[in-house]
Amino acid sequence: MSGVDTSSSVVWLGSPSFPEAAREAVADTRLRANLRKATGTIRTKRLAMAGELDDWEELRTAGAAIKRATLRHLDHHLLKLEQSVTAAGGTVHWAADAAEANRIVTELVQATGEAEVVKVKSMATQEIGLNEALAQAGIMAYETDLAELIVQLGDDRPSHILVPAIHRSRAEIRQIFHDRMAEWGRPAPEELTDEPRDLAEAARRHLREKFLRAKVAVSGANFAVADTGTVAVVESEGNGRMCLTLPETLITVMGIEKVLPSFADLEVFLQLLPRSSTGERMNPYTSMWTGPVDGDGPRDFHLVLLDNGRTATLRDTVGRQTLGCIRCSACLNVCPVYERTGGHAYGSPYPGPIGAVLTPQLAGIEHAPSLPFASTLCGACYDACPVKIDIPEVLVHLRAQAVDTKRGGLVPTPEALAMKAAAVALSTPRRLAWAQRAGELGGRLLARRGVLRRLPGPLRRWSDTRDTPAPPRETFRAWWRRTRRENE
Amino acid sequence: MNSRNAILARIGAALADVPRTERYDAGAIPRDYRDSHAGVDVTALFAERAADYRATVTRTAHAPAAIAAALARRALAGLVVPDGFPAEWLPAELGLRRLADRPPLSVRELDAAGGVLTTCALAIAVTGTLVLDAGPGQGRRALSLLPDYHLCVVGADQIVGDVPEALRRLAPRRPLTFISGPSATSDIELERVEGVHGPRTLDIVIVDSNNPGTGGTA
Ligand code: SF4
Repeated sequence: MSGVDTSSSVVWLGSPSFPEAAREAVADTRLRANLRKATGTIRTKRLAMAGELDDWEELRTAGAAIKRATLRHLDHHLLKLEQSVTAAGGTVHWAADAAEANRIVTELVQATGEAEVVKVKSMATQEIGLNEALAQAGIMAYETDLAELIVQLGDDRPSHILVPAIHRSRAEIRQIFHDRMAEWGRPAPEELTDEPRDLAEAARRHLREKFLRAKVAVSGANFAVADTGTVAVVESEGNGRMCLTLPETLITVMGIEKVLPSFADLEVFLQLLPRSSTGERMNPYTSMWTGPVDGDGPRDFHLVLLDNGRTATLRDTVGRQTLGCIRCSACLNVCPVYERTGGHAYGSPYPGPIGAVLTPQLAGIEHAPSLPFASTLCGACYDACPVKIDIPEVLVHLRAQAVDTKRGGLVPTPEALAMKAAAVALSTPRRLAWAQRAGELGGRLLARRGVLRRLPGPLRRWSDTRDTPAPPRETFRAWWRRTRRENE
Repeated sequence: MNSRNAILARIGAALADVPRTERYDAGAIPRDYRDSHAGVDVTALFAERAADYRATVTRTAHAPAAIAAALARRALAGLVVPDGFPAEWLPAELGLRRLADRPPLSVRELDAAGGVLTTCALAIAVTGTLVLDAGPGQGRRALSLLPDYHLCVVGADQIVGDVPEALRRLAPRRPLTFISGPSATSDIELERVEGVHGPRTLDIVIVDSNNPGTGGTA
């Protein structure tokens, strides 16, 4: 077994801590207006679609129960999945961490002799930084989801799980297509307007060439069924079907927590996911396959099972429930904090409330100590979650951990002092506010040009891998209080 | 120790709180949700829900005429008709170039084909979904993906009420494609655009009786 480094891309290197990034994002009034409109729209649709089913609560209860029971016997279901996929003619690989997953995928691509792959949106491959790893091996990875294409062409980062380019306006997207498409393949037409229909058509033409010649595809998975070996991908545009059907080799990377015991369990999740995610009765396309099929689709199918911090998350009996997440993004759309800061402030491919609990658990709390504080504990995320993950409960639990981590150090940093006080004072808001102010003042004394180049003692490892922003002039809480007044 | 064993060992250690005697028990999952949200008239519900996605839906007792009429509305270069499409549903005169997938058409030929005419394995009323399983009259998955126009014919007796029943009737070993309307994106300012990579136009013909039984389900 190789050393475990789960931090790779779970936390974007060089990202400022949440309070710092949030402050900048909140200052961007256009971004805030876009986000408010967008999250408001999806929220309304989701409520209508959930409201249409009078047994929505029963579906949530079943979904939560299946996920929690599955996690309690995860080894059993994974072995069964391995057996079923293998019996169906697929090959299963196990990856302990990001580096190993990247190595496996790179070698599989190299074995085909190809130098490019098409990709269908996958959180897991973003988490492990697969595109960058492939690029280092001279392999080009083309994102094919429209929003992912916008992000890739714009040298940008995703800011929402479902709508990764939610922070981009149509005019910006037109500019990105106009400026960058030619470098990547078929150029955008000269007369390209900023009408969404026109932009989608430009993407269709640009990507069609790539689909038709693609020999290797890399996908994620929404679900994988242990008893049959069936893998499912849920999507809207058809880029998923292109990737899953046309190439000769298909490599699917999935987190070990995505396994479901039986095919029949899909009846719960195929009702919960589309309604919670896009606010539709059903998404346009769902593909399911069980190993390779003669004369139909890829001849070779590889399933890479990824740990990368998941077993560590599993060990924590409070945090374990986080692994039940089906990445619907409903919690983002109802979160008052996300609505104002946007996704980038979370410094990870997993933004919003789910990111605030998942990122510190996958990467280790020491890599994202401010994220569990990126919430008001209002509980809207819990109410929206189709699998009833009690995000506020996990947040409070992680806040205590963040404090314990810092407490282990010989040199008490201002942040540690503030967090310690914060945890003690969680129930007394006034003391929390005081403690955070103390943290900001102390931290600024150590800072030069706003960046702490190197932290002493136990925090050195953390500051060595990224520029640690000085504790912001304005704490998250102070910012929250101020902006709320402004808005309400 | 290889990574497989390492991960399994880590899981074992992580689940130290789970009693050794505890087994996964599917029967213990509370399944108090409905088996179906459909009423009695699943055909009408399917027609309404599929149309909600801006698919064009026609109900008919006479398939050939309805198919001919649907095709006449679209100016297609050609039409792929997979093996096993029921002869009694086909119009006598297609009025356009007919392509068979035998020998298999190349991706470029499919891309240029114009349209495809298929059956389906079943349809789901509540969600307005067609499910294809590569059975007779459907062909391999690429056939209903690359052509820009898809005309799918559904026998009324193939329509089930809701998702649970559909999954019980489907065979997981077959490649399954659930189709709910034409491909779509809302990635640009959340404005819905129909038609990205999959067929941009989806027509559905529901045949009310005399379904020849296209098979394909478990
Ligand atoms: S935590 Fe729940 S609401 Fe949030 S993305 Fe995951 S499943 Fe959806």
